[in-house]
Amino acid sequence: MDVLKEVGNIGAGHAATALSTLLDKPIDMMVPKVKMLPFEEICESVGGAETAVLAIFLRVEGDAPGNMFFILHLESAKNVLRNLVGLEVEDEEQYSELELSALNEIGNILAGSYLSSLADFTRLNMQPTVPSLAIDMAGAILSYGLLQFGEMGDQALLIDTKFLEGQNEVQGHFFLIPDPESFGKIFAALGVESP
Amino acid sequence: MMQDNYIKVGMADLNVAHLTGILKTTGLGSCVGVTLYDSRVKVAGMAHVMLPSSEIAREGSVNIAKYADTAIPELISRMEKLGASVSRMEAKLAGGAQMFAFAGNNDTMRIGPRNVESCKEMLKKYTIPVKAEDTGANFGRTIEFNCETGILMIRSVQQGVKEM
Repeated sequence: MDVLKEVGNIGAGHAATALSTLLDKPIDMMVPKVKMLPFEEICESVGGAETAVLAIFLRVEGDAPGNMFFILHLESAKNVLRNLVGLEVEDEEQYSELELSALNEIGNILAGSYLSSLADFTRLNMQPTVPSLAIDMAGAILSYGLLQFGEMGDQALLIDTKFLEGQNEVQGHFFLIPDPESFGKIFAALGVESP
Repeated sequence: MMQDNYIKVGMADLNVAHLTGILKTTGLGSCVGVTLYDSRVKVAGMAHVMLPSSEIAREGSVNIAKYADTAIPELISRMEKLGASVSRMEAKLAGGAQMFAFAGNNDTMRIGPRNVESCKEMLKKYTIPVKAEDTGANFGRTIEFNCETGILMIRSVQQGVKEM
């Protein structure tokens, strides 16, 4: 588990730096949590299955496939838009095409930097797919990333890194949910025996 | 806040109610919420189905609430124990969305529609009519089934609340 934590640390560290550069603000990052969690609890970590969140989803393809989510609370998403793109947010409830497109691109950049640092570190080939964005209930969104685990049991391995900006204007999560088959490959790539 | 008469159904979980109580499951994405109801004896059941078929299960001991082909028979038998009759049951379905427009070309993409198809096949086997459904599209749903009235309430972020 420590190895996976380190993997999460490196990936998220790069993503946090990228986010910090984009926003021109310091971004704090919590030490990643790495855990096998029951499905229900995975949703709890973003405030419950019914909480509306904005999520950018990418499928990781290559040697160690998995699912990746960048999740922002709705207030945070609007703050990111204000801070970063200088967009005048017109409607707090609705998102315009331009806003969604900007957020999608941010997710893309962050996920890309997370993954490329992981790929460098593990020397595994990991490619992100084109990102896809949804604003919906956390449960509905995250359950999508748990389907591969669904065939194995009722728990999934979650690498969860939380981001915070100074005044808590930007709060987000990075979830990496490697497919069950991928752990072995990540461990092998790092020269550690699977637990 | 959860009231006392709420009966929670988690992901890959199922439960039944008799006379009173509201069965509730939150955040259905590609999963399907199946509700069965026998209005004569007021027995209701709800399953949060995650995958279409237990044949793909690789887990040691299969969680029967997770798969359409195992959850529905289990739901029926638990309702029968409370006095329901399969010949009087009616079904309502919600969920089975495709949450992300693009997500690679794997089969996982179509899991929502497949879950719905599989649930309907099982219901057909037991000749349980589907009385109402709100399935597909690309949004998540939270559902509540009122055992007293037989009304299914569906809530979504974008579309608000509807009853059927």
